This record gives sequence, C-alpha cells and structure tokens, in this order.
Amino acid sequence: MRLATRSRLSSGGVLSLPLVWTFLFLFVPYGILFIYSFWEKKFPTFVPAFQFGNYLELIVDPQYVRVLLRTIKIAGLVSLLSLLLAYPYAYFLVHKVTRPGVRLVLYMAVVLPLWVSYLLRAYTWKTILGTQGVLNSFLVSTGILSEPSSVFLYNQTAMVVTLTYVFIPFMVMPIYAALEKIPRNLTEASRDLGMSALQTFVRVTLPLSMPGVIAGFTMTFCLSFGDFIAPFLVGGPDGMMIANVIATQFGAALNWPLGSALALVMLVIVLTIITLSDRLQGVGKGKYA
Amino acid sequence: MSEVIRIENLRKEFGDVIGVADVSLSIERGEYVTLLGPSGCGKSTLLRMIGGFEAPTSGTIWLDGEDVTDLPPNQRAVNMVFQDYALFPHMTVGQNVGYGLRVSGVPRAQIRARVAETLSLVGLTDKADASPAELSGGQRQRVALARAIVRRPKVLLLDEPLSALDANLREQMQVELRNLHDRVGLTFVMVTHDQSEALVMSDRVVVMRDGRVSQSGDPVSLYDAPANSYVADFIGATNLFSSPVKVSGGKILVSCFGQELEIDHPAVGDAPVGNAPAGERLFGFRPEKARLIRSNGSVPGGNCLKGRVETVLYHGATIRSVVVVGDGRILVDTLLDDTFDPARHVGAGDEVFLDIEPHKIMPFSRDGAS
Amino acid sequence: MTMRVATDAMESRIGRAAAHRRRGAAARRAETWASNAFFYGMVGLVLAFLYIPIAVLIAFSFNSSRSLSWPMTGVSLEWYERLIANEDLLEALWNSLYVAAFATALTLVIGIPAALALDRFEFPGKSLFRKLVLLPIALPGIITGISMLIMFRMIGFNLSLETVILGHATALVSVVVTQVFARLQRLPRSYEEASADLGASGLQTFFLVTLPNIRTAIIGAALLSFTLSFDEIPVTFFLTGRDNTLPMYIWSTLRRGLTPEINAVGALIVVFSIVMITLAVVLTRDKSGRRG
Repeated sequence: MRLATRSRLSSGGVLSLPLVWTFLFLFVPYGILFIYSFWEKKFPTFVPAFQFGNYLELIVDPQYVRVLLRTIKIAGLVSLLSLLLAYPYAYFLVHKVTRPGVRLVLYMAVVLPLWVSYLLRAYTWKTILGTQGVLNSFLVSTGILSEPSSVFLYNQTAMVVTLTYVFIPFMVMPIYAALEKIPRNLTEASRDLGMSALQTFVRVTLPLSMPGVIAGFTMTFCLSFGDFIAPFLVGGPDGMMIANVIATQFGAALNWPLGSALALVMLVIVLTIITLSDRLQGVGKGKYA
Repeated sequence: MSEVIRIENLRKEFGDVIGVADVSLSIERGEYVTLLGPSGCGKSTLLRMIGGFEAPTSGTIWLDGEDVTDLPPNQRAVNMVFQDYALFPHMTVGQNVGYGLRVSGVPRAQIRARVAETLSLVGLTDKADASPAELSGGQRQRVALARAIVRRPKVLLLDEPLSALDANLREQMQVELRNLHDRVGLTFVMVTHDQSEALVMSDRVVVMRDGRVSQSGDPVSLYDAPANSYVADFIGATNLFSSPVKVSGGKILVSCFGQELEIDHPAVGDAPVGNAPAGERLFGFRPEKARLIRSNGSVPGGNCLKGRVETVLYHGATIRSVVVVGDGRILVDTLLDDTFDPARHVGAGDEVFLDIEPHKIMPFSRDGAS
Repeated sequence: MTMRVATDAMESRIGRAAAHRRRGAAARRAETWASNAFFYGMVGLVLAFLYIPIAVLIAFSFNSSRSLSWPMTGVSLEWYERLIANEDLLEALWNSLYVAAFATALTLVIGIPAALALDRFEFPGKSLFRKLVLLPIALPGIITGISMLIMFRMIGFNLSLETVILGHATALVSVVVTQVFARLQRLPRSYEEASADLGASGLQTFFLVTLPNIRTAIIGAALLSFTLSFDEIPVTFFLTGRDNTLPMYIWSTLRRGLTPEINAVGALIVVFSIVMITLAVVLTRDKSGRRG
C-alpha cells in the first residue's frame, strides 16, 4: 500500500466519531432550524410548509426590529466598556508586572469569575442594585440619598453593567495573549529610537495587539448579543433582548416557526460578525501572530 | 551485494515546486555518505524519503535488495537521528533508548542489556535514569544516536546532527561521530549544509543543488577537482573569473580581470575541446594556491597578477588578504607557519604581485559545469 | 574675552544644562508616577468590580435575616442549614453532577480525535468541519438549544437528563478541541516521526508518545468542560425534561422571588469553583512549570 493511502485509512478511523457527531448534532439541527423557520403555526400545533410568513412578520412588525437594534446597541456598549476596563488590566499584567507569580495570580483573578456560576453572578447585581439592595441601603445610611432609588435596576444601564461584569474575562484573555506575543525587543527598539512611552504604545503596541482586541470584542459582543438571562433578571420592561423574544416563542407564545426564523436571523448576524472578525484579525496579524 | 541503498530516479514534487529532481544514487555498505548543499537544495527531502517520512512522487528506493519505496518508517530497517533530537520528554534516557526495542516486543531483560551496551558505547552509562531536560546539548545528541543505533539498523540517517551545537563542541563531535561510525561499522547517511563538516567526516560527499546532484565523490577529489564552479565555490573558497582562451607564444593564456595569466590544464588545449564553446569560459583557483609578493618596483618572473591589498583578515592559522586586481577582488590565503614573518607581510594599501602556478588554475564551462 | 568672563559664561551654561536635566528628570518621574497611578487605579477598579459582588454574595449568605440591605443584621448559618435540608436542591445538585460527568466524558471522546484530525491530517471538507466544531463557543447557547430541541421533537425523543447531556456535549466539545489542538500544535511532529522510525505502529505512537504529552491539556480541558456543564443554562433551558439541574433549580427559584438560600448556594459554588480552578492550575503545570 502506498504511504499516502495508509495514512488516509488511519485518519478515517480517527475521524469517524467526531465526523458523525458533528453531522448529527451540529449540522443537522441547524438545517432543521432553517427548515422549521418556513413552517406555519396552525393552532394548536405547527405544520410543515414553505412560506415566508414568519420572515415577513419579522420585517413588518416593528417590535422585532426594535428589539434587534436594542440588542445590538447593548452588546456594543458592553463590548466597549469591557474593552476600556480590560485593556489597561491586560497591559498592566504583561508590561508592568515583573514577578511571574504575581502575574499568574492576577490573571487567575480575572479568569476565576468565569468558573463561578453565570446565573449567580448576574443575580448578585440584582441584589446589589435593588431598592432594598446593598447599594441603596449603603447610600441611604451614609446620607447621600434620602430614600432608596429605583433608578439603578430594571433598565438598560443595569443590563450593561451586569453583562460587562459577566463578560470582562472574555476581553482580558485574548488581549493578554496578544500583548504577550509582542516581542519585547520591539518596544525597546522603539524607545531606543527616541519615541516616548505614549508614542511607543500608540504606534507599536496598540496596532500589534489589535488581533487580540478584535477577538475579545467579537466574543464579548456575540455572547452579550445572545444572552437572555441578564435581561430577565435586571432588564425590566424595556430591557428585553432578542434572545428573550426567541425564548418566549418557545415558551408562552408557542410559535416555534417564528422563533426559528428569529433564531436564524440571529445566527446569520453572529456568523457575519465572526467571519468579519476573522478576516480583520488575519489582516492585522503579520509576522508576529 | 555490498550496495546497501540504491536510489533510482527519485523525484519529489510539492505542488509546483520540485524538491528532488530525478536523483539516482548508490550507497555501499559501511560507507559514510554526506548529502551537502544549501537550504532548499533537496538534501533533507531526499533523506526523509529514504527514512520513509515523505512519499516520493516517482522513483524507487532499494534497501539491501528490497524495494522499500512504499513502506512506512516503522517497517524499514533504517533509523534516523532527528535535527531536534526528538527525545521523548516524558521518558528517561534509558526508556528513550529502549523505546524501539520495547515496541518491537523484545523481552525486557534483553532490552536492559542492549540499552546498557549502547549507552556505554556513547559514553552515557551513568545517565540512564536522567530525564532529557537535565542533559546538555551534546549529551542529548548522544542519546538520540544511542536510541537509533540500539536497533542495529541497516542504515543510520542523520539530519544535520551537529547544527544545534556550538562551534567547539561541534568539532569535537565531528571526530566522535566519525569514530563511532568506524567502531560500529554501520552505514551512515548524513545531511549538512556545512562543507567543512562534510569534508572532515565523510567517505563520500554528494553535493546537491536545486534538487539535483552536482557532484559525488570523496572529499579530496571534490576539493582538488571540483566538477563545476558551483562545487568549487561551495566547498572551500575559489577565486572565479570568466575569460576567453588565447594561444600566444606557445602558451595558453586567459585574462583575469584584465591581466594575462598562463594556464596549464589537460582540458584546455589550443583548440576548443569537445562541446566547450569557443567563447568565454569560467576559471578559478584556490586562495591558498596563490603567493603574495610585495612589490618593490620590479616585476617578478613567473605567472603573476598585479594588484593592491584592500583588507587583511586574521584567521588564526591563516591570513586572508583581499587584493583588488583590475575590477575584481582576489582572495589569497597565507599559512602562518614558522617561515611567516609578520613584519614582512603586506598591509592594506600595499601594491603586490600574486604568483600562481599555471596548473593550479581550474577550468569550468560558461554555465558552471565542467 | 578674558578668562573670567569665559569661565562665567561656561558656568552659566553648565548651570542651565543641569537645571534642564533636573526638570527633565522631574518630568520623567512625574510621568512614571502618573502612569503608575493610572494602572494601579484601573487594576484596582477591575478587581473591585469583579469581586465586590462575590464578596457581597458570600457575606449575605451568613446574614441572619432575609433582608439584603446594608448593614447586615447579624451572622447566622440558617440559610446553610435550610440548604442541606432542601431535597429538591440536593436532587438538582446530584443531577448536575451526573450530567456534567457524562457530558465531559463525551466531549473528551469526541474532542480528542477531532483535535488530532485537525492537527495531523488533511481531508476533504476539513475547513467546514473545523468551523462547525468550533462554532458553538461564540454562538449564543440559545441557538444550539432550540435547534436540538426541534430535532429531538421531530424524531420523537422525549426531553430528559440524557438530552441535556447530548446538548452539553455538543456545546462544549469545542472547549476540548481548542485546548487539545493548541497543545498538539506545540508538540513537535518529530516526536511522532521518531516513534514511527523506531518501529511503533500508529496506535502505539498515540498511546506511548502523543497522549502522555498532551495529558495536561486534556486534564485542563476536562476540568473546564465539567465546570461549564455544571453551570450551563441556555442549552439546558430548552432541553430539560422533568428533572432539574442546579442552575435550572436556581432559575425557577429566582422567578418566585429572591431567597437568601440562593446566597448560600452561591457561596458554596464560589468555593467549589475556586477548588476546581486551583486544581486545574496545579494539574496543568507541566515539568517546566509553565501553565498547561
């Protein structure tokens, strides 16, 4: 047997299980989702059909577009806020911390919350921001407020804060990885050639860390985009995001085909963002990736 | 049959790139053969095809009379010492060396004995329980050797075995490797880009370029009679110049950067020989074959070039002078032996004469082949 | 110029230069101080932001009253006692462990060969395969959840803990693949070539050479996969049958209103997570001391 054929046979053996699984549980369900989005809701169940009614409703009924735009806005704010907080943290870890033990601890400190229940982390903000919560009672007891304020909870600001809280680690990790990969002698060479610390950062470090920034931004954006827990806990009436609407279609509203159509829209948006992000990262990488 | 490896028309293509172009080679049992050339010349690809790690696009490989072209590496009686040594980090030295025996089902007692024997052969008996991370570069290389030798392969392949070592250690290991070969009696096929290494260690050197064999021969003939200007320049240094051939006054003359030199070589007659074009040819001579004479006004006799010294480079055992002759530069090596008087040697800016014996100039054809 | 005038001129020039250097040095010191202040401030802010809520959670789990107001009324273990007596919660906990264990096992069985295939082999459809396997990580869990829900309904499968296991495995396989794949990339191919060269078959090479060297990545990935499955919500939400996992139980409790028992559960989960992550760090330290 030729060498090439032999290796193909053994690769077939290794691949069979993952391939079958991928096909069965990743490929087929998405396909079914696609098909289902064309079905019709005929009380009390759903019938196979091929009609664009669901998609039409998404376009015609303004509430869907409104929710979509709101979700995009919130996801964008969360990503931006996370970036502003995460970048200095990662930069500090890579460039200002000298002892590897300290670096590890600080890194783990940011990663640890990821391992703690997501639901609970979102929930703690509910307890903190509520009218009887820690923040209000603290402000009242110190006299800053005369009575508890309901302005902290059940609005979009609360959601942005909560989601930022939950997803900041996803921003720190890729930026840290990207900053670490930049060869140290680049910044040294830049200083040697006369540039100040700020110039070095803007002209050398920042551009080279871009792939990490893009990766982190994409991840944070997509995860916020698809979240339905934070809106449920702290969002309030005008804080529903698109994932909540989808969840309702599979719950009380009982319109699976419509929910599928909406989910497909969400899928397309997320896939587009990921593809764009991949391409952007490829452009920015160069030799130092 | 004393031929242990025969390669016939071996070819390897990587898409559009030709790695090895129809190479045919024969290697005798017990020989120490080196594949020499710059990166990209195909030497490593050729070695890997012998080892079974690359499948040839076409051609055949015979090992001891058996066609092994399609056999995977674990079924060939050939073992390789990898450039990065590839020592398994999770095993001790002893376990590394015994690995090949273990996977072949050799009984444990035998493994122990053979491992001990091979480790003593490379001088690492006391390191049997150490882990590779604790060893120095030279020691790791010896473990890689031991691991390959213990299986008593028909041929041992070495992929740039000394390139990771620093200069002093490298010279020492060159001698040790050669000694090991002589003691154990295996056939060694080595790949290197270092020409002096090839000259020191090999019975035969195969110089490669762009996937083809440029010349194959023992070190002395490669140095003294390079087949073409590529080999002449790759092995050692050569002063090359192109010139037409002129016959005048019973002597055959060539022009070196505008000055005339007499040449006396059987391949250069007073008429164009064989297929050699009547026009210009390439000629060359080794730096140590020219003699520097300080100019004191009068032109010395003999076969001389006139020039001016540009730089003098000290190499410890020799001094290399870079002499500007016409519009070219000539390298001249002077041996620093007892007859050498530094006060009388030339310095930068001096006018000098270069004396070269006519039969020390080597001819090549225009395109570099002989 | 006379000597004295020349000397004076020189002295004043030296004096000016020294003053300039002092100002420069002072400016540099101020710049360093400002930059340090900025960084320490940011790091402190982020850490505070991350951990104050967790601290509040743990603190209030010991509160002696139901209120969430500051200051705490007193210290008590009441909520922990209630927790242990809560049978529904304990059952949900057990379910979560059961699901996490099997889901993790599945992700390893599927993920390790997938990573191997991606790293070592070329095959048609490889890039599509790669995209599909890595997709669920960035994809909102809700999509994986509802698409599998529809599929199970269509083939008549009833929802149960087993469907949850399948859902988790699908969502989490990419965790294992990315970790193992990254480790495989760092493994020199010459190890496997050397093993083959020395006579080992493909299987022998995998078990004797490859596996021991990717062991730390596998352990790390398994621990992470387990923890994420334990905490998983969006996929579980749509695939749960009658039996609840712990997050589902907490979710349904939250819908009924805040209870301090949740704080106690939360505090315990924090402790559990610290243990898991410490384990992961300790176990994934390879011989050179580097992480994973």
